[in-house]
Amino acid sequence: MTSKPSGDPRDDARRCAAGAGSTHARLRDVTKYFPVGRERGNGARSGSLHALGPLDLDLRRGEFFAMVGPSGCGKSTLLELLAGLATTSEGTITFEDQPVRGVVPDGVGVVFQEDASIPWLTVFDNIAFGLRRTKLTAHERNARVADALRIMGLHEFAGSYPAQLSGGMRQRVCIARTLVTRPRLVLLDEPFGALDQQTRLLMGEELLKLWRETGATVFLITHALDEAAMLADRIGVMSARPGRLLTVIETNWPRERDSRVVEEAAFGAITAQLWQHLRAESLKAIGRQDIRV
Amino acid sequence: MRRAPLLRCLLVLAAVAVLEALCRVGVIDRFTMPPPSRILEDLVRLLIAAKLYGAIVKTLTNVAIAFGLAATAGLAAGVLIHRFRLLREALDPLFATYYAIPVFAFYPLLIILFGLGDMPQIMIAFMLAVIAMIVNTLNGIDRVPNVLLKTARMAHMSPLETALRMTLPYAAPHLITGMKLALAYALIGIIGSEFIMSRGGMGFEIAFAYTNLDNAVMYPLIVLILAVSIAVNALIGRWERRVLARRGLR
Repeated sequence: MTSKPSGDPRDDARRCAAGAGSTHARLRDVTKYFPVGRERGNGARSGSLHALGPLDLDLRRGEFFAMVGPSGCGKSTLLELLAGLATTSEGTITFEDQPVRGVVPDGVGVVFQEDASIPWLTVFDNIAFGLRRTKLTAHERNARVADALRIMGLHEFAGSYPAQLSGGMRQRVCIARTLVTRPRLVLLDEPFGALDQQTRLLMGEELLKLWRETGATVFLITHALDEAAMLADRIGVMSARPGRLLTVIETNWPRERDSRVVEEAAFGAITAQLWQHLRAESLKAIGRQDIRV
Repeated sequence: MRRAPLLRCLLVLAAVAVLEALCRVGVIDRFTMPPPSRILEDLVRLLIAAKLYGAIVKTLTNVAIAFGLAATAGLAAGVLIHRFRLLREALDPLFATYYAIPVFAFYPLLIILFGLGDMPQIMIAFMLAVIAMIVNTLNGIDRVPNVLLKTARMAHMSPLETALRMTLPYAAPHLITGMKLALAYALIGIIGSEFIMSRGGMGFEIAFAYTNLDNAVMYPLIVLILAVSIAVNALIGRWERRVLARRGLR
């Protein structure tokens, strides 16, 4: 179920992170520093914080990949780099063989951790917002939004404003807005964090269904080990900051799966394995100062 | 009517009733101030006589021009200043102390620059109003959540599109507050400068009536200015309530 570790952890991570199928997105030596400390006259800062990397990862076309790691290890930073919302300090990222560097590539959709619903638009318009640049006819657009509303259980709230919805419903609006564009690479940053456990399981099932139907590659960042274990084909485990890829665990779930995999004995084994890797890293993450001045 | 607006109306009516009583029993003598009911009568008479329409139109037109200029320039300047951090840091302390500057003291200079027409008055009103708009635009844009800007980037929106479709709509409640303040300052600027540097307008007519002890013109005009200010503010307030209600803020 997991790749066997060898002597050099970096080699292990590189080997187990490489996909066997065709590569959809490739990360090589991806590293990120953030400027910190006092501001100098030229706008630069006196120090830098090593937030991430170096990290290598190949995302296979059409796979469901989850990334887990301790708080502050750079998971969200990694997602932003992959989305083209931030630039790497070192290393390269390619999506469909095209470099990604600070510009969001076509075919990439992101669901953010925070509430990204647009307060002055109705639920319907929020979801349709994602389609504003497509060449769909009004009929096609409305049909897609209606589908998304139905799948997300929001059809009764199409005319409501986000302020009239619960936090979980608003997050479903954001998920729908991303999925309605049918991205080829879906990046999810703790998308179910605001949802209750039952809804998380059901939304996870819907996500799996959509993933199977669209054939998209999914990259999920999550704190929840059980969520990663239930949803993903492969799970990457990151170290404490600066986040590096420690290992990749293969779940070997069939493509046709749903939330009932939590009943399988293998589910417990995967979760335990994840925690085995993460426990020491989570302890390390508490109180560390990696500021390089 | 909801309870707070009802209470507000009752308080105003009570104050007017007290004033009416004080005037009627002679605590306030009639040469100082006529009873509110008489002021209202005079106002109706003035409006029917249509003698002051020119002054009213001149003042309201100049207020509208100053407000329009301040709202547009203030919004554009706010967006621009927000983009340049150094400029923002340089200007912020000036904005904070701006209203300590007696703008009316510049009127001789403005007359030299713009002549004796309406322009100096419009400029004074503009100078008073524009900073309120800039400061509120900056406040509004500061509060736009980063995740919405990321959403705009994900949707491949250009900087202009982001400003028009994401940043400014999000900042709308603050922009409306800026507009309300800009309107109040524009009114103060125009009426105030008409007192000191004009040969027409409501401010001039009030000053002229005051000099001639003509309470039958002075008080109705003051009431008219109040009424116009309240009416326009109520209109903007209505718009503001609609915007806030959509966001669940009211």
